[in-house]
Amino acid sequence: MYNFDFHRPRSVDEAVKHLQAEDAKLLAGGQTLLPTMKQRLAAPKNVIDLNAIGGLSGIEHKGGSLVMDKNAGGTVLRGGTLSIGALTRHAEVAESEEVKQAIPALAALAAGIGDPAVRNRGTIGGSIANNDPAADYPAACLGLGAAIVTNKREISADDFFKGLFETALAADEMILRVVFPAPGRAAYMKFRHPASRFAIVGVFVSEKQGAVRVAVTGAGQSGVFRVPAMEKALAERFEPDAIEGIKIDPSDLVSDIHAAADYRAHLIGVMAQRAVKAAG
Amino acid sequence: MPKVSLSVNGKAVSADVEARTLLVTFLREQLKLTGTHIGCDTSQCGACVVHVDGKAVKSCTMLAVQADGARVVTIEGLAADGALHPMQEAFRENHGLQCGFCTPGMIMTAVDLVNREGNDLDEQTIREGLEGNLCRCTGYHNIVKSIAAGAKAMKGKRRAA
Repeated sequence: MYNFDFHRPRSVDEAVKHLQAEDAKLLAGGQTLLPTMKQRLAAPKNVIDLNAIGGLSGIEHKGGSLVMDKNAGGTVLRGGTLSIGALTRHAEVAESEEVKQAIPALAALAAGIGDPAVRNRGTIGGSIANNDPAADYPAACLGLGAAIVTNKREISADDFFKGLFETALAADEMILRVVFPAPGRAAYMKFRHPASRFAIVGVFVSEKQGAVRVAVTGAGQSGVFRVPAMEKALAERFEPDAIEGIKIDPSDLVSDIHAAADYRAHLIGVMAQRAVKAAG
Repeated sequence: MPKVSLSVNGKAVSADVEARTLLVTFLREQLKLTGTHIGCDTSQCGACVVHVDGKAVKSCTMLAVQADGARVVTIEGLAADGALHPMQEAFRENHGLQCGFCTPGMIMTAVDLVNREGNDLDEQTIREGLEGNLCRCTGYHNIVKSIAAGAKAMKGKRRAA
């Protein structure tokens, strides 16, 4: 790893000021940035550690109502929105009672990222800003219609993910939190690579008042994407066999040593059906 | 050069480090705590797992400067008063190590698992908890046995690290 100037700002304003320095990178959990720097795929001159800034971490549930859930063995808070601070670790999201009640699929997704030590460091904001084409959180953002709140504006997930490792974030912009509207039902199913634990294909399905979202990660050449044909079929009938036979064009999908594009195309159908079944 | 001040195995430590120094490099080369191992250096194998503020992290994927103000515990910090920590003792009793290279990371991960999941761990929980730790001797069977026994032995003992 090449050396760099290290900055540890105490406020968002101060961090944004440092971002204007030459070749600057924000460091959150560092679970992608540091390995990338070791490989010299990234060699920033300035590294800005966000971990000393207060108020960037934590989970807040707003709105919603108490409903009886026999599976949960009592009343749980459903609906409303979950606001998750950019520096919130994957382990915190996975273990949060608020997340488990409002969007259990999101807690389960966080529990399946990397391994326990990675989940103790990695953050939701870092994952989304990095937009790795095989990362899990982009599928949750797109599959739930989340809003990404930055120091400048609020960006809908539909407008945020722009391609491989590309987002709508400007050079002097940083994520403060992600706001997820709680769905009526949702599930995420991941066919993961057994060593890296990244998704070979991951499908996030959600339904809210008849509107359905299907978001796919791990497979697209331009990163996470939605599948309108499946969304339409599931809006009419939310059953696994409603999407039986919907073909995904493999020409836009990744082919690598782990899986060929036509195999990934097939897996999308399989994982989407499993997700619909799990969402119930 | 940036300065870091932190607690390592209960002792206050202060040092100047290059910004790019990894926590594991700092522990091994500056503090001479060579119990923490560097296996893959790519966040996969878990030989470098230590506890930072009570949580298991891969010290090859954290900068030393990021540990400023933190409480770090390494494998050297587990044994107390000349007696092995119950988890270390369980690895010895159950033949939980062969070459021993992965053992420090396995034990630190195991103690973290007990802190999170309690003293009665089933095989599935242990195997999932070990997803970020690799043993190239493939000695997982006895590692899992050791952790189940060590978890029970930790009952009522101090929540080490």
